[in-house]
Order: sequence, then C-alpha cells, then structure tokens
Amino acid sequence: MPAFFPLELWLVRMNVASHVLTGAARLVSGARVRWLDCEPEACQRIYFANHTSHLDALVLWSSLPRHIRALTRPVAARDYWDKSRVRRYVASLVNALLIDRKDIKVHRSPVELMINSIGDTHSLIVFPEGGRSTNGELGSFKSGLYYLAKKRPDLELVPVYMENLNRVLPRGEYLPVPLLSSITIGPPIWLENDENKFAFLERAREAILRLKES
Amino acid sequence: MNDLLQSLTAPALLLQADSQRMQLDEPTRWLVIAVLLGLFLSTLVVRLIRGQADGTVNVAVARTFHHRVRAWWMMFAILIASIIVGRYGAVVLFFMVSFWALREFITMTPTRRGDHRTLFWVFFVFTPAQYVLVAMNEYQLYSIMIPVYASLFIPARIAMSGDEKRFLERSAKIQVGLLICVYALSYTPAILSLQLGDWQEDTFVPWDGSYVGLLAFFVLITQASEVLQFGWGKLVGRRIIAPKIHANRSWEGLIGGVCSTAVLGGSLWWVTPFQYWEAALMSMVVAIMGFAGAMTMSAIKRDRGVKDYGTLVVGHAGVLDRIDSICFAAPVFYHLTRLLFT
Repeated sequence: MPAFFPLELWLVRMNVASHVLTGAARLVSGARVRWLDCEPEACQRIYFANHTSHLDALVLWSSLPRHIRALTRPVAARDYWDKSRVRRYVASLVNALLIDRKDIKVHRSPVELMINSIGDTHSLIVFPEGGRSTNGELGSFKSGLYYLAKKRPDLELVPVYMENLNRVLPRGEYLPVPLLSSITIGPPIWLENDENKFAFLERAREAILRLKES
Repeated sequence: MNDLLQSLTAPALLLQADSQRMQLDEPTRWLVIAVLLGLFLSTLVVRLIRGQADGTVNVAVARTFHHRVRAWWMMFAILIASIIVGRYGAVVLFFMVSFWALREFITMTPTRRGDHRTLFWVFFVFTPAQYVLVAMNEYQLYSIMIPVYASLFIPARIAMSGDEKRFLERSAKIQVGLLICVYALSYTPAILSLQLGDWQEDTFVPWDGSYVGLLAFFVLITQASEVLQFGWGKLVGRRIIAPKIHANRSWEGLIGGVCSTAVLGGSLWWVTPFQYWEAALMSMVVAIMGFAGAMTMSAIKRDRGVKDYGTLVVGHAGVLDRIDSICFAAPVFYHLTRLLFT
C-alpha cells in the first residue's frame, strides 16, 4: 500500500470534498449549460455573469467542465465569504479569489489583485454588477471589467447569463428550493481600440442581455 | 376458542408476503414479454423515421414519438426495478419522478419572493411525507394529507410572508402543482399495497395474482390510450374539442381512443383481478381520465405560453409531459379497484 504524505492526503480530501460540492450544486440548481458560439476551452478568459444569488459563483463554477474548472477562479466578496468557517471552507474548495469590497486600497486595487492571481494560466469568474440585484433585472456594471480588459487585452471576455437562480436561493434566504435553472455561455467580446469605458461597459451588458433572449 | 383462533389468524392470512405480491408470475411474465416486444418495435420505428431525411414524416411528430419511446423505456425500467427491489423501492422511484415533475411545474409557474418558504415546505416536507405514508400504507392519512392539510397550510404560510399581491392565484398554483405532481401520482405505487380479493361465503379470498402485473396493466393502458387517441385523431379527427387548449384533440380521437383502449384492456384481463368486461370498463375510465389530464396540463401550458415542459428551461426533458395522463388516472383507478374488488 502506498504511503501518503500529509500534503497528498490533504489534496485527496480537498478533491473529494470539491466533487461532492460541485455535485450538490448541480443537483440543487438543476442547471443545464448551453454554449452558444463559444467552446469550453482552457484559454485564459474572464467569464462575466449577471448576479442574483449567492449560489451564482458556485453553480457556474460547478457547471464548467472539470479541466476548465481546475483553471478557473471565481471572484467573490470577502465580506460574505470570509465570515464563517463553513463559508471560508466552501470558498477554498472552489478556489475563490476573495476581494475586499469595502476597503479598497490604491496600491492594491481589486483589478491588480485579479491580474496578479491569474498569471498566464488561470481564468476568472466575475460579477460586474458588484453585488446581487434585488429584482432579478440586470443592473449597471462597475468599471472593474473595463480596467481588466484594458490591462490584459489578450483575455477573452465571455458573457454568461444565469436564469432562475434567484428563485432557487433569493436574497435574504438561506434554504434553497430546487427549481430548474439554466446557464447560457455566449461568444467572447474584446475591448475595441478606441472604445471608451462607458461604451464598453454598455456593450458588455448588452452581450448578457442578448443571451437572455436567445 | 375456535373463533378466537380464527380472528387471530385471519389478518395473517389476509396479509400476503411482499415477495408473493410482487412476484413475476406467469401472466405478468407474458405481459412483460409483450411489452418488451412492443418497445423494441417502437424503437425500431423511431430509428427508421429518424433515418428518413426526405421530409415524408413530420419532424415534430417524429421527435415527440422519439421522446415518448424513451419515456416508455424509463417506465419499463421502473417497473422491472419494482419487481427486483420490492414495494419500498418502487415508492422511492415514484417519489423521485414526483419530485422532478413538481420541479418542472413550479419552475414554469411564476412565484414571488414571498412564496420561497412555502415552496421549501412543499418540496422538503409534504412531498417526502406523502411518499413515506404511501410506503407505510397509511391510507387514512395519505389520502387526505395534501388535499386537506397542505391545502390549508399553503395559503396560511404565504400570508405569513406578508406579500399580498395576487395571493389567491399564487396559493392555487402551488396547491395544484402539489396535487397533480405529488398527490395524484403517489396513487400509482399505492396500487402495490392494495389488498384485493372477494368474499365467498363470509370468507375473504385474497387475489393471488401479482400486484406488479396490475401496476404494469395500469401504466400500459394509460400509455396505449394516449397513442390510440392520437392515432384516431390523425385518421378521422374533425371536430376539435377546444382549439385554444389543444390544437388536435378531437371528439373522434377521444371516442375512438377510449373504445379501442377498452378492447385492449379487456383483452388483457388475465393480468388483473377483473373479469374481461370489468377490465374493459376500467380501461375506458383510465382513458377518459388520461384525456382529462392531458387537457388540463395543456391548458396550464397554454396559459403560460409554453409548448412543452421540456422547452421551459432549455435542455431539460419534460417529465411532466409524459406523466400527465398517469397522474389523473391513478387516483381514480386506485379507488375504483379498492372499492369494487375488496
């Protein structure tokens, strides 16, 4: 019988727990994934999605194919995910990148943190609205996505529309109701050469809205 | 002394062993073989139709038929599994079907934030409780829990959430979903715990057939009546019953379907505890209830503007589309059998 080093044992345990978690997330959300004009590839990407539920990051991450999941980190709010041991554990299982929403320092801005953390291999899942929408409608985008695109113009920006998750676990509830949800992943966009911040953010927002209709 | 002995042993005699009730006896075996042949034939037809790309067959019809055949294989698998794992296993399988159907139903009906806690109760308390009671064969409880207690609980719980908008409509949606997807369907596995037989000179002679066979008979009749009504409608259907609800359900299809279902059911009397004419009448009732179920679900779908529950959330196969006739026919079949043959 091969002897396990503590580190290996820890990795195995993390792996099993992460599989259980992704399975549970997919089971509860009943999420089906559609890739429209976009293939699940391992190239560096920023998946940006509408945000209506605490389950969003977990479900989207769980719905990606395993080899892509291993290279993708959801960006999540530190004020929520760092609050209790369970949340910290879940965040560590999905390899989340925790960002401080309240205390933003000039020399360590969230965008810089994101860019440093992905290096030249990883992808990110971001929610550019900056928080969960209250009414299920897509709100206006914060500028982070624009600065990400400006600093790393080589990244593919992939729009994602997530439907019904606000009914599975709405704001302010802690028990999920297992309705069926769907995730639509659309064709990537890039920052154009002479595009200003406002135009780009509007275009990105419309890319998600277009997936809602299709 | 003799009386005492008799009263002590009588219940034991009445309660047959589970293995005997769930056996694969001679008639059931023949039925399984016949159904298996039919399924293979249908699958072959589906392969042939889908292979044809010249447009001689309507694509939508071909796809519906394909989905139907796939659902039949699923039902067949559930029935076979019931024989292997026994009554409790069958109850668990039907619980899973109910749960999924309810998921589709509630996903389709718009609910508000204020319904969230109520829905949690519906999914995680009432649905499992119903099937636990069916497994325990507590007829007195499972026959009233949802129509009485859950129906009173749901509006009260919604009221407590403090959202008054479209209150009655929201309560009704959840009540109807629970009633059709859970309560009605749960009567299907309940067939397995019936105690059938008849009285001959003051002694109760239990029916010695297989209850799985009876369940298979019921499911087969619901599905056959669907196909026959569709076939008759295609052949001679002219007077559409309600064009806004269902574009091609006609009186001719209904009558032709019900009559031919009766002939089929009558010819299968040997798997049931019924006489051949009783089996025929029972099949007629099942066919009519199946029709009622399909019309009701169709009306709900039209109201919501969806064609199939399958297209509701992209990529999901509609379970509810396949079981609507079973849901409506199951309680009626159960109660008629229970009333007339015990």
